[in-house]
Amino acid sequence: MEAVVIIFFCVSILLYFLLGGADFGAGIVELLTSRKNLSKTRKTMYHAIGPVWEANHMWLIIAVVILFVGFPSIYSAMSVYLHIPLAIMLIGIIARGTAFVFRHYDAVKDRMQQTYNRIFVYSSFITPLFLGIIAGSVISRHIDTGARNFADAYIWGWLNGFSISVGLFTVALCGFLAAIYLIGEADDAADRQRFIRKAKQMNLAAVASGCIVFVFAEQDGVPLRSWIFENPVGLSAITAATLSLVVLWYLLLRGKTRVLRILAGFQVTMILVAISYAHFPYFLRLKNGQDLSLYEHMAPEKTIQTLGVALLAGSLLILPFLGYLFYSFQRSAEDDGTA
Amino acid sequence: MPRYMDDFLAARSQMALSLGFHIIYACIGMVMPFFMAVSHYKWLRTGRPVYKDLTKAWSKGVAIFFATGAVSGTVLSFELGLLWPEFMKHAGPIFGMPFSLEGTAFFIEAIALGFFLYGWEKLNRWFHWFTGLVVGFSGLASGILVVAANAWMNSPAGFDFVDGKYLNVDPVAAMFNKAWFSQALHMSLAAFASTGFAVAGVHALMLLRNRQSEFHAKAFRIAAVFACIAALLQPLSGDLSAKDVAQRQPAKLAAMEALYRTERSAPLIIGGIPDDKTGQVHAKIEIPGLLSYMAHGEWQAEVTGLDKIAPADRPPVAVTHYAFQIMVGIGTLLMIISLVYFIALARKRSWLEKSWFLKLFVFAIPLGYIALEAGWVVTEVGRQPWIIYGVMRTADAVTPMPGIAWSFYLFSAIYLSLSLIVIFLLYRQIKMVPVLYSSGSSDLKKTH
Repeated sequence: MEAVVIIFFCVSILLYFLLGGADFGAGIVELLTSRKNLSKTRKTMYHAIGPVWEANHMWLIIAVVILFVGFPSIYSAMSVYLHIPLAIMLIGIIARGTAFVFRHYDAVKDRMQQTYNRIFVYSSFITPLFLGIIAGSVISRHIDTGARNFADAYIWGWLNGFSISVGLFTVALCGFLAAIYLIGEADDAADRQRFIRKAKQMNLAAVASGCIVFVFAEQDGVPLRSWIFENPVGLSAITAATLSLVVLWYLLLRGKTRVLRILAGFQVTMILVAISYAHFPYFLRLKNGQDLSLYEHMAPEKTIQTLGVALLAGSLLILPFLGYLFYSFQRSAEDDGTA
Repeated sequence: MPRYMDDFLAARSQMALSLGFHIIYACIGMVMPFFMAVSHYKWLRTGRPVYKDLTKAWSKGVAIFFATGAVSGTVLSFELGLLWPEFMKHAGPIFGMPFSLEGTAFFIEAIALGFFLYGWEKLNRWFHWFTGLVVGFSGLASGILVVAANAWMNSPAGFDFVDGKYLNVDPVAAMFNKAWFSQALHMSLAAFASTGFAVAGVHALMLLRNRQSEFHAKAFRIAAVFACIAALLQPLSGDLSAKDVAQRQPAKLAAMEALYRTERSAPLIIGGIPDDKTGQVHAKIEIPGLLSYMAHGEWQAEVTGLDKIAPADRPPVAVTHYAFQIMVGIGTLLMIISLVYFIALARKRSWLEKSWFLKLFVFAIPLGYIALEAGWVVTEVGRQPWIIYGVMRTADAVTPMPGIAWSFYLFSAIYLSLSLIVIFLLYRQIKMVPVLYSSGSSDLKKTH
């Protein structure tokens, strides 16, 4: 059951990154869309993510619940030392989730729409930025549990070059996922071209910010290079991601949407694997050199047993229903396209 | 008292605030789908467009409240750790079971809502109806599970506490703790009563403006029936809770009733101003022996007073007592309104058209939520100074990070503005009914 719980934990983080990330990315794409194409982009976007919107964000809740039930001391330590970025991320989640629904369900479409839009796009940027900052801080040994003053304990643990570069990299990846996804949802050629262009820009942004992450990793002493290049799994994952990049650019020119989506998802998955495999199962790496392992900081056995059973039973209920949701609206989107 | 708020008080206030808002969003989000499903069923059966319009109108309310409930719930799952890391470190593995099941229920609710909101004209009609019903039942299940987790804090179970260590953890036993059933029942009925009265009241208000509106008349009827049944059942569930609390948490019951001295045939105190210094309750009304009867089922039974509780373990008496009075007072009032409603349905159909009758429901719009919040205060403040009753003190669970007051101010501002926007959106939705729905537009022609 230990393995079941850890797999569910990793898979829900991955799915949140891919599905929730594409949702965040839709806001980022909107942020970077020129004024004249805005309303068109918004319509396509709403059409694409509306039905699956709430479900995509449930993965975060699943991951957090697994963390606090299964790995309480890791959850507790993160909550204390990453209080500020977590709180900012939460504000982002509140602002974004409500603005998206409000702008659709406001019965009067007036100037309030601009307010909702503004809140939506900025929080779409802030939330993944801070998610990335949190992820960067967790693995980079910046968190100082022995700090004696406020700034060392609660600020510099996350406000540093490496964490911020990971945050920006996350934003770029989300934008990339969304742009690729939206290509398939576009209902005319001009729209399609626009999303293809966005996908290319976002891809370049991701590559560039990825390089910046390496620079800061060197500077801050994060062994990112050895994790990726000196570990067989890390190396093959990053090679697969790079190779698929070549295929992806080729397909972008051809415009094969379904394959593109799978490739983009595959690529992001490989990047996550490359970054995290080498230091698995160490989830939280502290400044004092202590690394908290998922195995060593697990909840008591009986808790893990019941949690594992609950997750397995839950997924038997959720996955077919969720699959049918994606299938139904995928199909109906295609029907609309041909009609 | 320092010039600024101290961190412990700030953390407690922020938690209370977040839960206080979430509880309302969540209750509306879990109850309205049932109203919606009834209306939807009537549309499928009778084919009368007014029911279809009503279903669609209510589904927008559900969407708005589901979204606010979902984000405020996500926030809470992080806030538990942000504010009470020491608590979560130990409690997480013990009381986490209902949360992991709630994750599933919540996920299913989100999927079903996706089907429901976007499934008009796309899905099989009855499958579509069924997804709406799934939204309601999975929402209700989420609510019950979260309350079961809270019940564990009142009635810890499923572990042995030995020398400061939490041993022999059994999450299933923790979930089915002694308080889960009475608390979950009371909360679910409260959700139906408060949301039912609020929705019925809003439609009653619209009926006062336009008596001919079929749309609002049907809406009023559906919501009022749910509300009034729940309000009539609530005292029974309250009785169950009182007996349960008397047995498990005598300190809470003593604070609720401001009972300073342990007594046989203890009186029920109505109103009154408790004075901690003298142990007296001023300006009260007493009903002899009733508290003994309510707590233990015998007029002569002894009820534990605060004198038997060590001073360091006593909850704040005044807040708990006032909150309890408000809850019971409003509960009684809603029960009377419910009786009036059923008398009207059975014998006096003419009352249904009268303005005093509709005004009664308009007056009741906020009452259910006030009682709900008061009840929440009773259970939470009444548990103090413990976060895990008898095991861990709230003060020992709080985050070491200073400056929580700032976080409290920030979150207060956010929740306040969020609520203002939600009210504004609902106001607009209701105002636009005649324009948006064809059955509502016939109303428009009549009024103008």
